[in-house]
Amino acid sequence: MAQAQQSSQFLLRRLHTLAGVVPVGLFLLEHLFTNAMATAPNGAVQFNRAVDVIQHIPLLHFVEFFFIFLPLIYHGVYGLYVAFTSGYNAGQYSWTRNILFMLQRITGIITFVFIIFHLWTTRFSGKAPTFQMVHELVSNPAYFWFMIIGVVAATFHFANGLWSFCIHWGITVGARAQRVTAAVTMVIFVVLAAVGVDAIVAFTHSA
Amino acid sequence: MTATAVETKRKTVHLIIERQDNPDSKPYTQEFVVPYVPGMNVIACLMEIQRNPVDKDGKPVAPVTWEMNCLEEICGACMMVINGKPRQACTSLVDQLEQPIRLKPARTFPVVRDLVVDRSRMFDALKKIKAWIPIDGTYDLGPGPRMPEKDRQWAYELSRCFTCGACLEACPNVNERTSFIGPFAISQARLFNEHPTGQMHREERLEALMGEGGIHECGNAQNCVEVCPKGIPLTTSIAAMNRQVTWHAIGAWLKK
Repeated sequence: MAQAQQSSQFLLRRLHTLAGVVPVGLFLLEHLFTNAMATAPNGAVQFNRAVDVIQHIPLLHFVEFFFIFLPLIYHGVYGLYVAFTSGYNAGQYSWTRNILFMLQRITGIITFVFIIFHLWTTRFSGKAPTFQMVHELVSNPAYFWFMIIGVVAATFHFANGLWSFCIHWGITVGARAQRVTAAVTMVIFVVLAAVGVDAIVAFTHSA
Repeated sequence: MTATAVETKRKTVHLIIERQDNPDSKPYTQEFVVPYVPGMNVIACLMEIQRNPVDKDGKPVAPVTWEMNCLEEICGACMMVINGKPRQACTSLVDQLEQPIRLKPARTFPVVRDLVVDRSRMFDALKKIKAWIPIDGTYDLGPGPRMPEKDRQWAYELSRCFTCGACLEACPNVNERTSFIGPFAISQARLFNEHPTGQMHREERLEALMGEGGIHECGNAQNCVEVCPKGIPLTTSIAAMNRQVTWHAIGAWLKK
């Protein structure tokens, strides 16, 4: 029994890091891609068309539940547990990696809160997912800045999480490989954050 | 004040030491001023306090206790928190430290008294991951397989770990809410898994690393590699063991 409990901890942790990349990370990329449609000259039309394509994915509710909600809830709730059991000593040991370790957990919590509110006001608001709906939401300055913070936090958490994932799964072993991956993931963060922010700004322009 | 007097006044060492009388009592700080000796280290300061146990104001106090052994950074006994970083007191030279020098016990471990801590948990961790090479048999087993020189060279680096505990002290995930065995133990598992004879018990060490407080508790803050006095590539060891454990876990599951 004790043995079973021990190995389950290992498995739960590994599933947590895996879920963060596949499928939650992949979904984040897809979501940012769809949002970016709003930046086109005829943004409203392009975005509504992209949403329409998603609406016609076969077994949509099944896909949504098993490939997005379930892994997302697991990654989020277990992540809160991880953030709670971690110690924080970046004040005493202010090395870059230790600060990023702390930021990973802080952005995780921000993203967790952000996603709940974001889902509440969009997916579960009962309104049709259109450009107009998002436009009305981001027209509120408080909501706009909330979205900006949420997107920056989520993209950082994803990019920095990729770096950590590569170590957890034994992909990047040497110090040089880890340094290169750190630089690459920070570039990924900047690019994804820019794509996300750009889309939010695009939604503020009326259709 | 004459130039000589200033010179004499300057040639002292100011220490602020966090003390604790017994494992359950409250910590408190005391300040000490000891005469400066060229080339002195923190141990020399503590010896001076022991020789003349008076605080900064000349009031007699109980002498400060600490642990030491080799005095050449190969035993790990004198690890303590010096100016906010865990390190060996023997190689902490006063000339290279900012004064006042602040000494604290490594509170990741239970404090026995003053700067003396109980590092039993590290030895329990070594037992858990079987950090040894079984060579005994009921008959002469003969010589083991040879180790490739290129592997011996990096494995030697790992073998320099002296269980001082600096990596545990700096690790944010070694705390009262986790049972993480610590970076050093993961590196030792890698060392003994690399040894040609040690390899014969490879799976047992991997199972232990997947057990309670194992490798999954690492959060990649990478403080360990920064504070290791021997410059052991602890984060490389952790990633290398992550790779071994991942393959082992997937392989074991597919074999069932």
